[in-house]
Amino acid sequence: MNNTAAATVDSAPIRERPPASVYGPVAWARTNLFNGILSSIVTLVFGAAILWALYGFIQWGVINAVWWVPATATGALDPTSCRAAHGVGACWAAIHDKWRFILFGRYPYEEQWRAGICIALFLALFYVSADRRFWNKSLAAIWTATLIVIGVLMWGGVFGMVYVPQDEWGGLPITLILSTFGLAFAFPLSVLVALGRRSTTLPAVKILCVTYVELIRGVPLVALLFMANVMLPLFLPDGVNFDKLIRAQVAIILFAAAYLAEVVRGGLAALPKGQAEAADALGLTYWQKTMKITLPQALRLVIPPLVNTFIGFFKDTSLVLTIGILDLLTSSKTAMADPVWQGVSTEIYILIAVIYAAFCYTMSSYSRSVERKLNRSHAR
Amino acid sequence: MAEEAPAIVLDKVNKWYGAMHVLRDVSMNVAQKERVVVCGPSGSGKSTMIRCINRLESHQEGRIIVDGTELTDDLRALDTIRREVGMVFQSFNLFPHLTILENCTLAPISVRKMPKAEAEELAMDFLRKVKIPEQAKKFPGQLSGGQQQRVAIARALCMKPKIMLFDEPTSALDPEMIKEVLDTMVSLAESGMTMVCVTHEMGFARMVADRVVFMDRGEIVESGTPASMFENPQTDRLKLFLSQILRGH
Repeated sequence: MNNTAAATVDSAPIRERPPASVYGPVAWARTNLFNGILSSIVTLVFGAAILWALYGFIQWGVINAVWWVPATATGALDPTSCRAAHGVGACWAAIHDKWRFILFGRYPYEEQWRAGICIALFLALFYVSADRRFWNKSLAAIWTATLIVIGVLMWGGVFGMVYVPQDEWGGLPITLILSTFGLAFAFPLSVLVALGRRSTTLPAVKILCVTYVELIRGVPLVALLFMANVMLPLFLPDGVNFDKLIRAQVAIILFAAAYLAEVVRGGLAALPKGQAEAADALGLTYWQKTMKITLPQALRLVIPPLVNTFIGFFKDTSLVLTIGILDLLTSSKTAMADPVWQGVSTEIYILIAVIYAAFCYTMSSYSRSVERKLNRSHAR
Repeated sequence: MAEEAPAIVLDKVNKWYGAMHVLRDVSMNVAQKERVVVCGPSGSGKSTMIRCINRLESHQEGRIIVDGTELTDDLRALDTIRREVGMVFQSFNLFPHLTILENCTLAPISVRKMPKAEAEELAMDFLRKVKIPEQAKKFPGQLSGGQQQRVAIARALCMKPKIMLFDEPTSALDPEMIKEVLDTMVSLAESGMTMVCVTHEMGFARMVADRVVFMDRGEIVESGTPASMFENPQTDRLKLFLSQILRGH
């Protein structure tokens, strides 16, 4: 900024640090926690409650917890010390026994390393996609290659790997496959549907898109999964049968695309009309205008509701339990029902809560950082 | 001198918004290299008329012929016309997610298929003409209103149009910035561009316009040279309008 009333270096004011009573942790505590009798009482009461709950959790989860149990003669773990500590201390040792089933479901024991690699590949894919240095055409190639490799690893049958049919897949790879493939396909579809709904030149396309969105939104995802599972084989010729997982995948893609389409349409509608007019006046074609001017700006506007929908759908994948697919949540519930380890549901729920939260929080904070960066580049 | 075809022909153009008649039998010819200023009270249809010329609005009756091509629903004719007609808007409408340079080079690269280096040189040339070459790498949000409007003019000029349309280009600007934009438009006019300008700046009209057209309630009421329009208004409506805008000047 130009300061026309130029001050010379000599007369520049001395910068002082603000006093501690105005700025700093003490001042923050004063204004936010203790700025009055009522506020101070509330702070003390909540503080006491939090500390008491924390103490209780540390007692149960750390101090009295059973971290390790010995193995019996048969090699299985001996749960007696865990059962003795039931209600008093957490039984983290059960996790040691059950983590493979929780993570991989009924995938064959010897082949679980393949499912493990797939999980790692998904994480690497997300990490690479988040880095803006890779936001060019090579990203599409990276995604295609990675997804093909994941498919090969999970199915097997080639390169000396044992073939594992889809019925035996389960756990975290299923959750990641359904949500990643689901959103990767649903998002472009939703953009097309949103553009179709706003079309002024093709009424047939517009009606089709409206019908699609309203139909899907009128049906719960569970019902859609059932329909996909039961009805799709009726429409296909004899002998052609899609795996249950693919049917679930298609249902999830169609469902997510309808909701995302409305979010994208909101962004397109919120854009000032002048942007499209300026693009038209310059002579840009419809697709040039959409890809270079309106879509980039519209998507920027709706990052919060988009990520909201992504996070929601990541967890909605657990609904596939209704058609008998074992995702992370379902395999955990099956693990909990093991009669050997009675009552380890709390510990297992905590574990998968941490896993889900890790993914969802990462999505959330990533979206915040994307918003921050984009706002900086064209701050008004 | 051979008779050149007029740059713009409006022949008995009628437009309705629903039941509202916004353009009534508008007929106007703009010759090559002619500078026309359109003025009138708000709601008179002057913006609508100018937006019909590049089909941002469509007319229901009558004919509009731009640069020899008639404006219909035909998309290819529309693309041809829009390439030769540049427009500057009241609210600038710069693309906020692109730099100034990218704003200017987008259309030449995408529409005229110019190579990037050539387009950038062309853009820098026009940015120099509007006197803000140093802002090329900035984003529109970092510029003042007057600078943004000058970029908008440069962006339109990068397509090397034959006709320039201005829709109240200075109405959204602070007074101290109006002069810099008007100076740009004056030098553009002096270079021989065909211009149709909707504006309230009567000083600009006096200096630059070959013809002033006064519109009211959707029709052209009077038109003539600036001198005759301002000194010798014939109709009552124009007299009323002039008294309102020239009050206190």
